Amino acid sequence: MAIETKSKKTEKANGQVNGKGASSLFDAFDAVSGKKLEVLDPNGKVLHPEWMPDLDDELLLAGYKMMKYARIVDLKAVNLQRQGKLYTLPVNRGQEAAAVGSAMALRKDDWLVPAFREIGAYMWHGVPVETVYKWYLGLESGSVMPEGVNSLPTSVPISSQIPHAAGIGHAINYKGLDQVVLCYFGDGGTSEGDFSEGLNWAAVFTCPCVFFCNNNQYAISVPRDQQTKAQTIAQKAVGFGLPGIQVDGNDLFAVYRATKEAVDYARSGNGPVLIEAVTYRMGAHTTSDDPTKYRTSDEEKIWEPRDPLIRVKKYLLDKQLWTEKQETAYEEECAAKIDEVVSHVVGLGPNSIPELFEHQFETLTNSLAEQKRDIEEFLAWQGKRG
Amino acid sequence: MPVMTMVQALNNALDVKLADDPSVLCFGEDVGVEGGVFRVTEHLQKKHGTKRVFDTPLAESSIIGACVGMSVMGLRPVAEMQFDGFVYPAMNQIITHIARYRYRTRGQRNIPAVIRFPYGGGVKALELHSEAMEAMYGHIPGLKVVIPSTPYDAKGLMISAIEDNDPVIYQEPKRLYRATKQEVPDGLYRIPIGKAKVEKDGTDMTVISYGAMMHVCRKALEFLEKDHISVELIDLRTIYPLDWDTIAESVKKTGRVLVVQEGPKSFGVAAELIATINEKCFEYLEAPPMRLCGNDTIPPLPRSEDLYCPTPERVHYYCRKLADYQI
Repeated sequence: MAIETKSKKTEKANGQVNGKGASSLFDAFDAVSGKKLEVLDPNGKVLHPEWMPDLDDELLLAGYKMMKYARIVDLKAVNLQRQGKLYTLPVNRGQEAAAVGSAMALRKDDWLVPAFREIGAYMWHGVPVETVYKWYLGLESGSVMPEGVNSLPTSVPISSQIPHAAGIGHAINYKGLDQVVLCYFGDGGTSEGDFSEGLNWAAVFTCPCVFFCNNNQYAISVPRDQQTKAQTIAQKAVGFGLPGIQVDGNDLFAVYRATKEAVDYARSGNGPVLIEAVTYRMGAHTTSDDPTKYRTSDEEKIWEPRDPLIRVKKYLLDKQLWTEKQETAYEEECAAKIDEVVSHVVGLGPNSIPELFEHQFETLTNSLAEQKRDIEEFLAWQGKRG
Repeated sequence: MPVMTMVQALNNALDVKLADDPSVLCFGEDVGVEGGVFRVTEHLQKKHGTKRVFDTPLAESSIIGACVGMSVMGLRPVAEMQFDGFVYPAMNQIITHIARYRYRTRGQRNIPAVIRFPYGGGVKALELHSEAMEAMYGHIPGLKVVIPSTPYDAKGLMISAIEDNDPVIYQEPKRLYRATKQEVPDGLYRIPIGKAKVEKDGTDMTVISYGAMMHVCRKALEFLEKDHISVELIDLRTIYPLDWDTIAESVKKTGRVLVVQEGPKSFGVAAELIATINEKCFEYLEAPPMRLCGNDTIPPLPRSEDLYCPTPERVHYYCRKLADYQI
């Protein structure tokens, strides 16, 4: 395949300032306006039909089922951690609409750049639940993507993945491809240097990146209003010269609508977009965290009825696209599938001695080879002693 | 005398210094309201106020960079990096400014900051929560590096670190945070930086370690006693500057030495120790100095970390090899 060093779409984009006029949605919800895109209210009623996404019943139902699946996978993981069968893991509950609604806007060949709290997006884009659980079990194989799944592995250091997304976008332009990159991070992550550097890079080089901030209100214990004095996180886009839009992150329709627009916008050569999804981490930061140290149960109760699953389900029931009977059957189906995976994964042992040393380099260095021999000798000595 | 875990002793050290010196500030991610993810700074904000003990934005480079400005203004910042693997975004500030200020300003500006963080594996934590990179800090000219292994030493060393007029990297062995309790005096006392401790006298060989690996060595001593091998155990307590007098005295006495470190073997603390032992004690050695270290790989994820970190059994094995060595 011939590589175009500079695609036509990039040349077109260079003449534009802030993509003005390229998207009526981004113009209507200009980041400076402080407006938030909402489509569905917490009761599943359509608040703003004019912003209803073009989402057919089949895709909508698939999206809901993935949200539900991600919820069950997450609850099961927390449960297994409590039983000592998995190690410390980040809790996803409450952020399923943001994760799934955004990933639904991607094509299969687009790129996903996750942080560590988007299993719904990860699995929608093709990462198997086995991989999620293997990572929770502390196995390196939990960072290995199946063939053809264009996703980076989980990134633990906050916002360090943002420049990676810019780099993928840069390479897409260089190669003249028409893929898009969707990159996740949190509200706390916007304070890191890598956030500013990555967004700036992507804007300067008109990279096809969608930067998706899961504003779940807390960076462990530090609330959003102590993280930044900006009125919204979406507004941070203005200084980098790219569109920013704030959406109700617990509204699958709003998330999908904004991300689809951003993906199309980026794919058309207009450059990156910043989306702020306003959501709530209903669980702890990780299974090691105790949220009672820094937030009240009254506050948590306010968010309970805003659970992203509730409103989609109500909408689907209303439209007769889904029934309680189907819901129960689907829950059972998910649980059975997860149990099967869990029964396989939790029995996996540690890496073997060769596995412990391979993959640090393409070929084993002399020092690694010696260290491997040392461990083998020790194990032999220990074996003889019984 | 109160009995404390290492977490409590560190908390107490910070509490005592905050009360003692109004120029001391404690800050970092989640250190204020939450009291730190390991609770090292618990209740300190309530007691000393939000101006003295505070949560920062999630920005490691700025947490350390701000220490430079605060130091210039006469404050003594005690900055927490939440985990060993999260110091890396701040390495630019540590290497290009914190470590260099005194030298490049000919002593006009010094950085009396403490950069403290939990380090090392053994607690089944997530990726980048199990790093033992003290050799990297020790290699940077201009940094002192301190690692305690007991609650008593943790408090005394922390007070010394805060009072030191040069920057101190203070690594806290997270697997020992609550592993043991010890009598720890109230009030101010100091363990000098740069002074190792002979924790146990012995005649057959010297085992040198520090931090979390001290606990591993202590357990190994139980096996070695049964083997009738008399081990002299040294706790370095400070990685830079190293206490050569204590080390040389012991090695000259025993003639055999094993260094146990958690971090990767190549270019590590053990390498530095053994090189200097060869320089200073060569004619006294009865066996080649040995080292038991982590591997030259990134720390494996929790499922496999037991195969990475030195264990009491492996210390035992190395001590036996060292004892059996005949020239």
